[in-house]
Amino acid sequence: MTSFLFGKLSYGAFPFYSLIATFAASIVVIGAIGVAGFITRIRGWPALWSKWLTSLDHKRIGIMYIVVSFVMLARAIVEAVLMRAQQVVGYRSSGFLPPEHFAQLFTTHGTIMIFFMAMPFLIGLYNFAMPLQIGARDVSYPLLNSISLAFTASGAALMMISLCLGKFSTGGWSGYPPYTELQFSPDVGVDYWIWALTLSSIGNTMTGINFAVTIYKKRAPGMYLFRMPLFSWTALCVSILMIFAMPPLTVATLMLALDRYADMHFFTNGQGGNMMNYINMFWLFGHPEVYILILPAFGVYSETIATFSSKTLYGYTSLVWASVSIAVLSFTVWVHHFFTMGQSGDINAVFGIATMLIAIPTGVKIYDWMLTMYRGRIRMSVPMLYASAFMILFAVGGGAGVLMANPGFDYQVHNTLFLVAHFHNMLIPGLLFGMLSGYHYWFPKAFGFRLHEKWGRAIFWLWSIGFVFAFMPLYALGMLGMPRRSQEYFEPVYLPYTIVAMIGALLITGALICMVIQLVVSVRERHATNVFVGDPWDGRTLEWSVSAPPPEYNFATLPKFDDRDAFYVDKCNGHAYHAPDTYEPITLPANSPLGPVTCMTMVATGFALTWHIWWLAVLGILVFAGGVIARSFNRHTEQTISADEVRDIETRWLKAVHETSPVPVEAEFSNLNRGRAAGALK
Amino acid sequence: MTGLTSAASHGAHSDEQGSSSRHPGLNLHQHDPQAHDAAEELLFGFWIFLMSDLVIFSMLFATYGTMLNSLAGGPGPHQLFDLGSTAIETVVLLTSSLSFGMATLSMKYDASARKTGLWIFVTLLLGLVFLGFEIHDFSEMISKGGFPSRSGYLSSFFALVGTHGLHVTVGCIWLVVMLVQLRVFGLDSCVKTRILRLGLFWHFLDIIWVGIFSFVYLLGLAP
Repeated sequence: MTSFLFGKLSYGAFPFYSLIATFAASIVVIGAIGVAGFITRIRGWPALWSKWLTSLDHKRIGIMYIVVSFVMLARAIVEAVLMRAQQVVGYRSSGFLPPEHFAQLFTTHGTIMIFFMAMPFLIGLYNFAMPLQIGARDVSYPLLNSISLAFTASGAALMMISLCLGKFSTGGWSGYPPYTELQFSPDVGVDYWIWALTLSSIGNTMTGINFAVTIYKKRAPGMYLFRMPLFSWTALCVSILMIFAMPPLTVATLMLALDRYADMHFFTNGQGGNMMNYINMFWLFGHPEVYILILPAFGVYSETIATFSSKTLYGYTSLVWASVSIAVLSFTVWVHHFFTMGQSGDINAVFGIATMLIAIPTGVKIYDWMLTMYRGRIRMSVPMLYASAFMILFAVGGGAGVLMANPGFDYQVHNTLFLVAHFHNMLIPGLLFGMLSGYHYWFPKAFGFRLHEKWGRAIFWLWSIGFVFAFMPLYALGMLGMPRRSQEYFEPVYLPYTIVAMIGALLITGALICMVIQLVVSVRERHATNVFVGDPWDGRTLEWSVSAPPPEYNFATLPKFDDRDAFYVDKCNGHAYHAPDTYEPITLPANSPLGPVTCMTMVATGFALTWHIWWLAVLGILVFAGGVIARSFNRHTEQTISADEVRDIETRWLKAVHETSPVPVEAEFSNLNRGRAAGALK
Repeated sequence: MTGLTSAASHGAHSDEQGSSSRHPGLNLHQHDPQAHDAAEELLFGFWIFLMSDLVIFSMLFATYGTMLNSLAGGPGPHQLFDLGSTAIETVVLLTSSLSFGMATLSMKYDASARKTGLWIFVTLLLGLVFLGFEIHDFSEMISKGGFPSRSGYLSSFFALVGTHGLHVTVGCIWLVVMLVQLRVFGLDSCVKTRILRLGLFWHFLDIIWVGIFSFVYLLGLAP
């Protein structure tokens, strides 16, 4: 009976096997109780439910994605610091982390950073800004958007639960079989990993479909594809990558699940299993995934560099084609992730050359951005600082990438810290700096006040210097032959480098702490930095043409385009901020509880599958399916905002616009900046 | 929403294509302009979803292809497959596509919920017959020692054919839901666009089955 009710779950699942694990689990539990207590104290539950969790507004869904991402970022950074600390003390000593715990840490660190930090962050930014940029009132399928968030969030929740009950996988973020098969990993750890990934990959596939259809079908009149801001262009590339690249991951993890649950033999050692099928499918997903991660950052940089240089983007068409080429090429290089796994030299050569080709469109982009800055009215804002650091550091990481694209060289450094240095060098200045600058750039648009500028700069310097300290030594360590994922080592020459890397990790922790401080300080000073008018950075694209935060319906009347940088051109011609002749009622999707219901059922299902609690798994799937079917009978899926209400909202905003004196771009970091820029005004 | 949809479609598409065809497949223009407008975005998205689903099947086909010789001493196609039964399944499933086609035609031209429902009911019956035969096939195979955990080959066989069967099952549930909705709502524009999407799904499963029948069964039994 107990085993029917609780499956494999027992008292042994509690993390009392080590002090660190117990501590980590208590932080999760205390954190969750603390947040719940805080919401109760401010009586926030009704608002949380009606304004956020059930909302189908793309802007709110985007913000919720980013909240998930920040929580997971904090956890994954702490894990990184623990690993770095272990390597400092791990010279000729077993240190404070036993090998199995160390392996859990690098597995969760990688899994979280890719699937639950980076993906939600970029999807969140796209969700928030892309529909505004193309002049749409929402994405094509608002409910699907909410359900996608639910899938991603349930995967993230499963990751957090794994900290409190049972142990996580030790198989790395890529989970290669046969090690992750039942024979070698009999615990529930790999199952946690499988279901967290499966849930997030399903959510991401649906997001890709949603964004692609939105961009193809919901652009405002005159917004031709070649007038779209670069950020939205990368959204299109990324969604196409998601549509094609996520399913192989879903298939690979589900086949691994079948091996583990139904004793099948896809990837096992015996009985005709073939682990290479897994490796190929995983990287058929994994390589396009790299560009799913990097293209959004390219999109953000394209926006911020143009905005903070007050110049139209140089080489727009070449930037578009470069993005598209990168997206296409990303499907032709997956074998470079396993040059050493037995295919012939000719095959390696083909994939090596294809890999080097990707450097060409990326180089085009770097030059385009530099030429955009050339003779611009450059303001070294926080997003610009990130962009500058990115261009320098990314070139270094890209150089390392071209080196490793050569299979001969790859044989020398594969499985060493050189590789770890390379991909962190791509993903931190590439992805993360891009996301952080996007966060700084669009934050005032989302909340109506600017983030604290000085703290923003401190965060930037801590991240950049911390990154250099933490990862440049890893190149050297890799060249010296230090294997990645080493919990203990016996080579004295490694020690100084690991100490420098540890200093870097501490600086990055400082950056994380400063991010929290910045948020608190910015919220406290929100009245002084209020930018309700909505255009604090002298923006060029459409999202800056509405109030901050934007009204629920985004645009009172649908904009018409006859140029790129439409809003900037309007400002120059004095056409901005005009009230339309008439207002019309606007129909928007009504709230739906299906998103939160999906999240809860999927957490239950994932948890139940992990612990073999079959009744709960079946129940979860049935409730989810029942919810979807019930929803299909609901005919009241829309709400209408009356013309009067729209007029009131717009009039109030336009009044604020006209009462606000324009601020020159040079003063945009001071409290004079109330969201109306004078830069473009003649 | 409606205003935005039509505005966007004017901007992006109807200029080139006129108002006749907004998406590949059966269009509802002239008969129900409102549903026709709503269909463009919904149908386009569903095509994209099918494309993504096709990637799943292509992975399963590829895995099956690489595992043809991974019998691990277990039984293979010659011992396990019953071509007669699969031929019946093929005929049944292809016929169900025909009956679904009739359902969409009577939805478009007769605007009769009763007739449409009747054809959908026929489709549902054929779908269930197909599933019945498939389950029968599977149990025959298992009784001959061809169970999924026997070998890599059989794992990949059951994953491929089983995933298709699972899709047909979901399709059948969807058919039932649409039958109920036809009774509750009649042929309103929402029901119509759903039937159009279900149609794409159902025909898509047919195409996949043609692939399975040729690639798995016919090729497997080729001497």
